[in-house]
Amino acid sequence: MSTEVAAPALAGTARPGHRRSLPATPVLVGAVIVGLLGLAALLAPLIAPYGENQVDFLHALESPSLAHPMGTDDAGRDILSRSLYGLRLDLAVVLFVTYIPLPIGVLLGSIAGYFGRGVDSVMARLADVMLAFPFFVLVIAIIAITGPGLKGVLIGVPLAGWALYFRLARSEMLVLREQPFMLATTGLGYSRPRAILRHAVPNLMRTALIYSTLDMVVNLLLLASLSYLGLGKQPPGAELGTIIAGGQSYLLSAWWIATLPGLVLVAFGVGVGLIGDGLSDGRLRSEAA
Amino acid sequence: MLRYVLNRVALGLVVLIGLAVATFLIIHLVPGDPVRQALGGRASPDQIEQLRDQLGLTDPLPTQFWAYFSNSATGQFGDSFVQNSPVGELVGQRIAPSALLIGYGLLVSLLIGVPLAILGALRPNGVVDHSVRLVATLSFAMPLFWLGLVLALIFGLELDIFPVSGYESGLGGILKTLTLPAVTLGLALTVIVVRTLRSSLLEVLQSDYIDAARARGLSERRIVAKHAMRNAVMPTITILSINIGFLIGGTVVLEGVFQIPGLGSLLVESVERRDYEVVQTLVLLAGATVVVVNIGADILQAAIDPRVRLAGR
Repeated sequence: MSTEVAAPALAGTARPGHRRSLPATPVLVGAVIVGLLGLAALLAPLIAPYGENQVDFLHALESPSLAHPMGTDDAGRDILSRSLYGLRLDLAVVLFVTYIPLPIGVLLGSIAGYFGRGVDSVMARLADVMLAFPFFVLVIAIIAITGPGLKGVLIGVPLAGWALYFRLARSEMLVLREQPFMLATTGLGYSRPRAILRHAVPNLMRTALIYSTLDMVVNLLLLASLSYLGLGKQPPGAELGTIIAGGQSYLLSAWWIATLPGLVLVAFGVGVGLIGDGLSDGRLRSEAA
Repeated sequence: MLRYVLNRVALGLVVLIGLAVATFLIIHLVPGDPVRQALGGRASPDQIEQLRDQLGLTDPLPTQFWAYFSNSATGQFGDSFVQNSPVGELVGQRIAPSALLIGYGLLVSLLIGVPLAILGALRPNGVVDHSVRLVATLSFAMPLFWLGLVLALIFGLELDIFPVSGYESGLGGILKTLTLPAVTLGLALTVIVVRTLRSSLLEVLQSDYIDAARARGLSERRIVAKHAMRNAVMPTITILSINIGFLIGGTVVLEGVFQIPGLGSLLVESVERRDYEVVQTLVLLAGATVVVVNIGADILQAAIDPRVRLAGR
């Protein structure tokens, strides 16, 4: 990447005095946060000091201490352990609901953008309609049919989520198809599937992947919010939203139940946000070159 | 102008019809049986069949769609078979708190966001600018319901300024009960307002006509307030209208946190009660609100800026 030339140009227009070496740091910090949390979630059964649902009524509603760094809830369950298991479940679900619709949306978007005209306008209107619904409400509608639980989330989010990737890929494809290398695929007599899959899609994936980091955070908050409202993961299963909901009635007497697991969500989101921002900054700069 | 408005409204109608089709398809094609869900596990096959018949669910899909579509178009949303009352009435009773919460939240975000954006644009990389970026990263990662709980803990329980749940009508009641949820909602939106308005202000402030205004010796205040803002608010209107979906989703969650009897809590209750007539109506209403707000924003932009309405010619 020839970023050296472009950076001063961009800095001159948008952020005077902006140093080129700066963006690398947030990405690194973000990667460390996400890496540590991801590892902790993966290893939850090994590193969690207590069980996911290990009840201990003698130590109920204890404030944070060395034995229980994030305190205990009304059944004496260790909040730290439950948060680790909760994060584990959340991340597994979020990875699924983010990366299942991504290839579908990108593929449909590139097809629509490549062919244009009839195919494009039908599919683009369909995506418009999906995007016109408030995402949260649309997912709740699907949960209404499947019944509250993770099943509704696993069906609902991908069903609604492809449209965003469709729109991203389609708009890029509209530009890409006029590029010399794409025109060359026609000249060389490559089949359309080959032109789209082998030559266009690899170029579209980058934007989609950068966007997907932010989408992961959106989906993580969505899942936690649904569970908080009682529509996602059902208690007593550990999920960050359910843990927080369980602590709401003890907000005054035991503030740690509802507040501390939220910090886990915030930390993960900030980490991913830093990575995503850094990546898209880098991308802008390399495009400017 | 009229031509532009008609054009936008026609496009909006197409999306609205699409919304109705999509809502219908979601209810009918997503795996799961609302009737079985509604009656619970103990219902006999006969009972299930009877209710299906009663609701018209045994008719062919196109017939069902037409009945649903023509009823929705004329504002008849049927009866809730769980609550035994017309859906329109149920929705009407709960609409005020939700609408007020969205409006109040929007107001909060503008009251905080606009001054911050101006400060940030006038002093790029200053203290305000950096703090806003930090808060932006934080707020993107912060679940609304959690922020609401934290604010409720601080301002509701510890400082005892606001009640942490419930709803009262009237100006005093609204200020008392909706301030915490509206601030929660508004803070999330503030970040978006600041980011958009700041960057478009920065762009506008570097254009030639601003230099010309400076050369004429106008005060900085006047340049920002009268000359720059006029062109910088446009992207902000767009972004706000795009985020109406976020606001609606936000009210659903926050009505849960603060136990406000609005449409959001009605939606969640209806899902729990398997009252899918109500769910269907609310989903359609949410989608229609987004479409109408977007058309409204487009028309507003065209009214402010002639370039918008002439662009298509």
